[in-house]
Amino acid sequence: MTVSALTTPATVATTVPALAIRHLTVRYRQTEALSDVSVDIQAGEQIAIVGPNGAGKSTLLKAIAGLQPITSGEIRFFGAERAEPNTIAYVPQRLQVDWRFPVSVSDVVLMGRVGRIGLLRRPSHHDRLLVQRALERVGLAAFANRQIGHLSGGQQQRVFLARALAQEARLLLMDEPLVGLDIPSQDEIFRALAALRAEGVTILTALHDLQQAARYFDRVMLLNRRLIAYAPAREAFTAANLVATYGGHLHLLSSGDGLLTVADTCCNPTPDGTL
Amino acid sequence: MIELLTAPLAYPFMQRGLIAALLVGLVCAVVGVYVVLRGMAFLGDALAHTILPGIAVGYLINGADRGALFWWALGAALVSSFSIGAVSRATRMREDTAIGIVFAAMFALGVALISTVRNSAVDLSHVLFGNILGVSESDLWRIAVFGAVVLAAIALFYKELMVITFDPVLAATLRLPVRFFDFLILTMLAVAIVVAIQTVGVALTLAILVTPPATAAFFTHRMHTMMIAAALLAMLAGVVGLYASYYLSIASGAAIVLTSTLIFALVWAGSHLRRRSG
Repeated sequence: MTVSALTTPATVATTVPALAIRHLTVRYRQTEALSDVSVDIQAGEQIAIVGPNGAGKSTLLKAIAGLQPITSGEIRFFGAERAEPNTIAYVPQRLQVDWRFPVSVSDVVLMGRVGRIGLLRRPSHHDRLLVQRALERVGLAAFANRQIGHLSGGQQQRVFLARALAQEARLLLMDEPLVGLDIPSQDEIFRALAALRAEGVTILTALHDLQQAARYFDRVMLLNRRLIAYAPAREAFTAANLVATYGGHLHLLSSGDGLLTVADTCCNPTPDGTL
Repeated sequence: MIELLTAPLAYPFMQRGLIAALLVGLVCAVVGVYVVLRGMAFLGDALAHTILPGIAVGYLINGADRGALFWWALGAALVSSFSIGAVSRATRMREDTAIGIVFAAMFALGVALISTVRNSAVDLSHVLFGNILGVSESDLWRIAVFGAVVLAAIALFYKELMVITFDPVLAATLRLPVRFFDFLILTMLAVAIVVAIQTVGVALTLAILVTPPATAAFFTHRMHTMMIAAALLAMLAGVVGLYASYYLSIASGAAIVLTSTLIFALVWAGSHLRRRSG
């Protein structure tokens, strides 16, 4: 079954979760990166994964994407043992991309279609139309022919969101998409994420800003090697859960309208990468 | 003036050399785009050197038959390129360290083997520095056929090769046959190197793989335009270098490489000036 972004907004009206993770454990040599994680993620929801450095956020995303071998446990995709081809999009951290590479914005977005186009075939009119539409959705239509290095940091990140749209992915995995972006660029990303929500794409994002996690995402996953909590932010961000997740790095203060948390979770933000 | 251009062409060896320079420039520049974008320059240089023992063994078995030597060289290049991964996996070494150890040894083995052959001085220098004016008609056919196969493979798998080069993680999540394409790129690199060795030799092969694409990168922003520009620059350098070698009586391989480097320097200076004024 394929879901066309052009015609049918993916309405999966069943109760089969987009992701069913059972007793997932990932071990690197001696250390356990993830320990016995079990969680169901419903289709169409946008999830923020938060936790300190080394909590296993990237490992979880890579395991779901099939880029990281699993030590034990299982991950089911829409009820199936293996994700259907082309249904998962993984957005790399911005630092891992060679921005001088000689490709235009639309080249990169078209890459999302390569699996669907198939070997020995050229992109069809339909493929180009999807690329064009994806660029419009994330507000980059005017930049289609730009070389990717000649974009701001926020625009660069949105290129990859457009690629996920063009790919007609049902599951989007993002590893710290906001690192090194200024506030306006971060807002652009959240607007682009709203476009993906309209397409019914399920989104998992590793994040380190708890406030953004609470504000923009349906649910938050508190992770520190094991799963501490998985619920809407209001329920998940309890003092006990936050301490369990962040341990000594977290300072809790009682303030007028609730609980104020001062977290020291940072991840070496780069000097602002915008051009 | 026209006389200056046509006079050398009176010699059949110059005609063949010119065709060889054009063909080799075209094939190596296009393959070289992947070498530059994937950061395989060190591997390319090492591969060119590991061909030496292949050629030496071929020479000991088949004598100076250039057709046979071509196959020995190609075999050596393929074996070397596919064994890199195996060596670095087996020893858990960084790949560049593994390349350094294995391929320096292979080159030494080649030199050792060739030194056992009496009167080998001339042949060794041809292997090392190329002998474009000694290219025969059958050499030209081999270059043309293998070059055409490589270019056809690139045209057929252009979009997949681009994904694998730009974003291997995307290639994995799209479940493209990544290993097949990695092998394909290594194979194309091996063919390009063997073809290049006939014209510029082991020692200078890296230059004609890397310099034209690096030059093109200054003013191109798409992969296919980079390939076309690199090919044109490489062919220009081939022709100019060959004439320079004829009139200045310098070694042809060196003349081609130096011309290519000169073009690189001019384009770099040009883009630098343009950036400062713009």
